[in-house]
Amino acid sequence: MSEETAPRTTLSLQARIALAIGSVVAVGGILVLIAALAYGRHAAREAFDRLLVGAASDIAESITIRDGAPIVDMPVSAFELLALAPRDRIDYRVVGRDGDTLTGSDVTPRPENTGTPVFYGATFGGEPARYVSVTRRFAERGYTGPVEVIIGHTLHARRDLAFDIAQNAVVVLGAAGVVIAVFAWLAVLSALRPLARIGDALARRTPTDLSPMSEPAPREVAALRDALNSFIARLQRQLDANRDLIADTAHQLRTPLAAIRVQLDAVTEEKDPGQQRALLDRARNRTVALSRLLDQLLSQGLVIHRGDSARRELLDLRDIALEIYEASELEIAMNGHSVSLDIPDTELWVSADRLSVTEAGKNLLGNSIRHGVPPIAFGVSRANGEAHLWVRDAGNGPDATILARMDTRFSNGASAGAGGLGLAIAHAVAVNHGGRLVPFCDRGGFEISIVLPCAAAS
Amino acid sequence: MIRRVILALTVVAGTCAGAQELTERIGATTAAQELRVRSTTDLDVLRPVLERFLDTRPGTAILYEQWLSNNLYRRSVTECEAGTPGADLVISSAVHQLVEFVNRACAASHVSEATARLPPRLSWRDELWGITREPAVIVYNRDLVPPEEVPRSRFDLLDILRNAPDRYAGRIATYDIEASGLGFLFAYADSLEATTFGGLLEAFGRTGAVATCCSAEIMAGVLNGDYLIAYNILGSYAFDLAEENPDLGIVAPSDYTLILARGAVVPRGARNYMMATQLVDFLVSTGTQDTLRRANLHIDLDALLEKGAVPDGTGASQLRAIELSPKLLVALDRHKRLLFKEVWQNAFSQD
Repeated sequence: MSEETAPRTTLSLQARIALAIGSVVAVGGILVLIAALAYGRHAAREAFDRLLVGAASDIAESITIRDGAPIVDMPVSAFELLALAPRDRIDYRVVGRDGDTLTGSDVTPRPENTGTPVFYGATFGGEPARYVSVTRRFAERGYTGPVEVIIGHTLHARRDLAFDIAQNAVVVLGAAGVVIAVFAWLAVLSALRPLARIGDALARRTPTDLSPMSEPAPREVAALRDALNSFIARLQRQLDANRDLIADTAHQLRTPLAAIRVQLDAVTEEKDPGQQRALLDRARNRTVALSRLLDQLLSQGLVIHRGDSARRELLDLRDIALEIYEASELEIAMNGHSVSLDIPDTELWVSADRLSVTEAGKNLLGNSIRHGVPPIAFGVSRANGEAHLWVRDAGNGPDATILARMDTRFSNGASAGAGGLGLAIAHAVAVNHGGRLVPFCDRGGFEISIVLPCAAAS
Repeated sequence: MIRRVILALTVVAGTCAGAQELTERIGATTAAQELRVRSTTDLDVLRPVLERFLDTRPGTAILYEQWLSNNLYRRSVTECEAGTPGADLVISSAVHQLVEFVNRACAASHVSEATARLPPRLSWRDELWGITREPAVIVYNRDLVPPEEVPRSRFDLLDILRNAPDRYAGRIATYDIEASGLGFLFAYADSLEATTFGGLLEAFGRTGAVATCCSAEIMAGVLNGDYLIAYNILGSYAFDLAEENPDLGIVAPSDYTLILARGAVVPRGARNYMMATQLVDFLVSTGTQDTLRRANLHIDLDALLEKGAVPDGTGASQLRAIELSPKLLVALDRHKRLLFKEVWQNAFSQD
């Protein structure tokens, strides 16, 4: 196999947030810029149109009728108003009732629409310009009719003002963008600090330290911390289970091994071949019992190990029962018992780890075969919405003390033997699957069931 | 009573309208480039400045044409409309005409560090630049006007005309606003500046003051004693002459003194735009100010104090620069001129 590939590190959260904020600011900026330009143009047009009307009205006011003709005493104030647009050229014309130019330029364009004031655009000296026409009506002895004042200027100041407004908006936006970015950066730094803290705490730990982490963390990071804690707890349980298994195994094996050694010692000292033979038989029986014990210890280890880690699957409990029965056939035959199998016609679904449940069932059945009184029955059934995997025999069952201790890891002392251990395994499996181990004793005999919650059939 | 003196000046006698008064080429005869400058300024006044400009440009010569302001303006506008500019640079003291020229979109734009340093009042649209600082002064003949009667302000002038009208009858001169663009500009600026102008006109009329066309004419009159006092004379001519004629007394009126910045424009489409704008930069650069000062074309408050034209303690607020802005367009308005001339003629025609 090639070497393992390192886990992939994706784009940093800070970069992602920077990217997100950057796009928000950019898109917002473009929108604000367009709006600001439009607003700036509108505002500039309004402002300078008023200036134009002001100047035109000023000029209109200065018209008097003398000797039957309008005469314009051109006011400097009108041009002072227009000079507020310092770079703009000014075009003006005063037109009498016959369309004759009284003063100003003869070529200044006149409006197409009538009314007062009328705004319109035209070109002035090759440049676009904005014009206004204001009409003043006279009803004097020598002159009756309108005098039209037309004044216009080029658009530099309007453009400058519009640009200014837009520019200010952009400057403000830019500043806001920078502030947002800085605050976002700080927020991200502060948000990611708990992660770093947890990482540091993990890195600082001694290899044997499997205590849960107690670092405070915000809700989002707390989920990660709690997941880590639960992972650590599982690890701790696995380690504990391993340690217990080793301790149990050592503990359980010590007494039978010592007994075997004593018997083998006795064999070497015994001169009588008959006695020797009997001693060897007993030693052999002890080894058989020992190997069964070893099996159970292993299956207990297996069950406990799988309790945390094995994946549950949807199982038909009837299949499990058959599997258990088949696996136990040899032992049944060896003990010369007959075991009746009682299985319903319909499926009985549970969500369980196949191996664990099979082991538990084998232990219960094995206990009955070895210690129970025939007839022995084994089967599955449904009651009260729960699935039962049961074994029944005609005996009185194990001692009450053993039953009382079945929820402990192992029974204390060699006398408890493999039977107590089998109960403990079955109990552990039932509890691991959210069920229970129910012993029941009456005149007819002893029954013990692993009760598991039913699963919905798929 | 009006006495108008029609003047034929200097080398080339300009008899028909639109003709220049003088044409001269300055610089090396072999120069490859020729910069055509049209100006209302006497060449002798500008010559040292132009020669300094040419010193660093051996390949360039200046064809200098001297014009009367009204003629220069009419010719420039005609050429602008035809699209055939006859000059690369136009310099005129009648800046309202240059403002109008710029307003017609007849001028070319130019920006440089030197032009950017000009105060905003003395440039417009980067197309018109004020190149000089010349006060409008009162000139008098020291021999004929006793010191106690020297008018230090317009109020003094009014008092003199009121108290001794006979002695000054017919011996006060000023520009004829119809013949001189500059005269009109000064009179117009006066009319905007203060109400004393109305009183002055009235007093001029009462004493039979003389309105005539040109600086040189008026100055000659003052020097030979025909006129005792001349009003609103361009300071550059006055100070020039005063250097050789100690009899000539000069006063910058202390109520306010108009300061004219002679304007320069580069006509749009000028054949030698590059060289013309270089000359503009040269004229407005701080390095040229000393040369202009020596030619009495840059007369600021310090210079006025130094020459004794204003009393000590005069502040810069008394100097009113004629702003190069579209406001000057009013000075060329048809009706405005009509009304203004009416007032003028009414004053000068009374007996």
